[in-house]
Amino acid sequence: MRLKLLFRNVFRHKLRAFLTIIGICVAILAFGMLRTVVDAWYAGVNASSSSRLVTRNATSLIFTLPISYQEKIRGVNGVREVSYGNWFGGIYIEEKNFFANFAVEPRSYFDLYPEFVLPEAQAAAFFRDRKACVAGRKLAARFGWSVGDTITLKGTIFPGHWDFVLRGIYHGKNATTDENQFFFHWRYLNENLKKTYPRRADQVGFYMIGLKHPDMAADVSEAVDALFKNSYAETLTETERAFQMSFVSMSEAILTVIQLVSYVIIVIIMAVVANTMAMSVRERMGEFAVFKTLGFGGGYLSTLILGESMLLSGIGGLGGIVLTFPAANAFGKAVGQYFPIVRVSANTLVMDVVAAMVVGAVAAIIPMWRVIRIRIADGLGRIG
Amino acid sequence: MNVIEITDIVKSYRRGSQRIPVLEHISLTIQNGEFLSLMGPSGSGKSTLLNLIAGLDKPDSGGIRIGDMEISTLSETGLAAWRAGHVGFIFQFYNLIPVLTASENVELPLMLTGLSKKARRAHVITALSLVSLQDRMDHYPRQLSGGQQQRVAIARAVVADPTILVADEPTGDLDRHSAEDVLELMDRLCTQLGKTIVMVTHDPRAARRAHTLKYLEKGVLSDAPQTAVSECLQA
Repeated sequence: MRLKLLFRNVFRHKLRAFLTIIGICVAILAFGMLRTVVDAWYAGVNASSSSRLVTRNATSLIFTLPISYQEKIRGVNGVREVSYGNWFGGIYIEEKNFFANFAVEPRSYFDLYPEFVLPEAQAAAFFRDRKACVAGRKLAARFGWSVGDTITLKGTIFPGHWDFVLRGIYHGKNATTDENQFFFHWRYLNENLKKTYPRRADQVGFYMIGLKHPDMAADVSEAVDALFKNSYAETLTETERAFQMSFVSMSEAILTVIQLVSYVIIVIIMAVVANTMAMSVRERMGEFAVFKTLGFGGGYLSTLILGESMLLSGIGGLGGIVLTFPAANAFGKAVGQYFPIVRVSANTLVMDVVAAMVVGAVAAIIPMWRVIRIRIADGLGRIG
Repeated sequence: MNVIEITDIVKSYRRGSQRIPVLEHISLTIQNGEFLSLMGPSGSGKSTLLNLIAGLDKPDSGGIRIGDMEISTLSETGLAAWRAGHVGFIFQFYNLIPVLTASENVELPLMLTGLSKKARRAHVITALSLVSLQDRMDHYPRQLSGGQQQRVAIARAVVADPTILVADEPTGDLDRHSAEDVLELMDRLCTQLGKTIVMVTHDPRAARRAHTLKYLEKGVLSDAPQTAVSECLQA
């Protein structure tokens, strides 16, 4: 009977219930989307490995380090593998086709990134050919590239038109792996620089260090930086996570605002649902007085009101959660070049559910309090 | 045997710092199976007295004993539990729950009894048969006439077999024909089933059905004045 009452009361005013549910649905969708955007921002951080370190020029990321550092770094206790690379910043056809492209030492780089899965034959072809490149699955799909295609990038940091042959398409080992990157041989870049800009040759933008054990991160970082202390190119070594975080922290104000807006949306919908519940309960105060007259206590009536509020929020919240997936998918496609990983995380889903439930519970508080407190005679006086 | 014993009750309401007396030292006894009608002008305290008898409100002083229970000292929770088992209510505006069918409305008081679903169903059918509405069990209040709604309300009032029935202007919202049906039904409840009924009414035709007529004016209870009795007899 209680469930029957609950359902029938929720849909007693169909238009009002429908509009409230739509409101909750949109709010939860917006909340989920904003959380997903924040997650997308942190995707690089979350995908970083605890067993990788990044060494860069201590002054700034735009300054380079000599290639000669590689062997010295390799000699540090705890270092398993050292790779290196440069941010290339090439443009494919036009600027809007942005994607991350790096010149790297291919064997060691792919050894350090087992999450980039490249078929064996394609890997061999990539390693063999100096002009070869590989692209992520999503990136290749975006531009319709196939293995064997020639891809030309216009250099911005390294002027000229650079031709590459696509020798492989990697896919991510898991859902959080970025499949929008482009890699080619650092050697190809360096040899060209030797001819065109010799002063820029034999320099790398960063070293990527693979650790024997994640626990050694602090010691290795310290040891590497100590090696080049007081040199003309001092280093700053940090975990890959900290390195990625340094990019995210540049946008921290924006992220804070996004998070704040996501909470404000929940507070607004909370007020809307509370108003709906207050209106609905005020109209039925006489009925609640009848229930009390018949002997039903405040507890029973409170569960009815709470149930109604939770049901409204639950239906709206479920709708919002379901819609978050296609919305995130569409968003991911639209901004894939800036946010390579746009996915609705389990954490976001939990927060969606919690937000919907909190909205339902908070919205019911004042109506419950009023129903518990109302005198029967006053309530009955509102009928007729 | 007295089923209701009201002893020297006083009831007043507060409006700001002002105390407004409603009932002044009222005493009343009602026999088991008696049908008592309370008359009086608007604002005389009839509904207040009815609310006190029904355990919807508490007196400032004095005692109210219903059966063997002194209800004036019960807590709100205690009163709610007592009402569920001992009082049947009939209101002027029927006060059925619009989202529940006739049978579900009648079943409501039984939800607090711990009866099985099957037993509740049997009670509901019996109560609706008593008011000749067993064929309207699945109708919603909006699908019933005013008289039929009031009969459903009466079925709801009697379904848990309460000690007393209280009725506040039960015919106040009905046409003459429906009012007669409802009064006939209440009369049968009293004479055939031995229910004790306390009814507040302005309607002399309704009051005429009662065994006892009491008159309340300015918070003081008395036997009905001759003019009121005459009105009832002529009605």
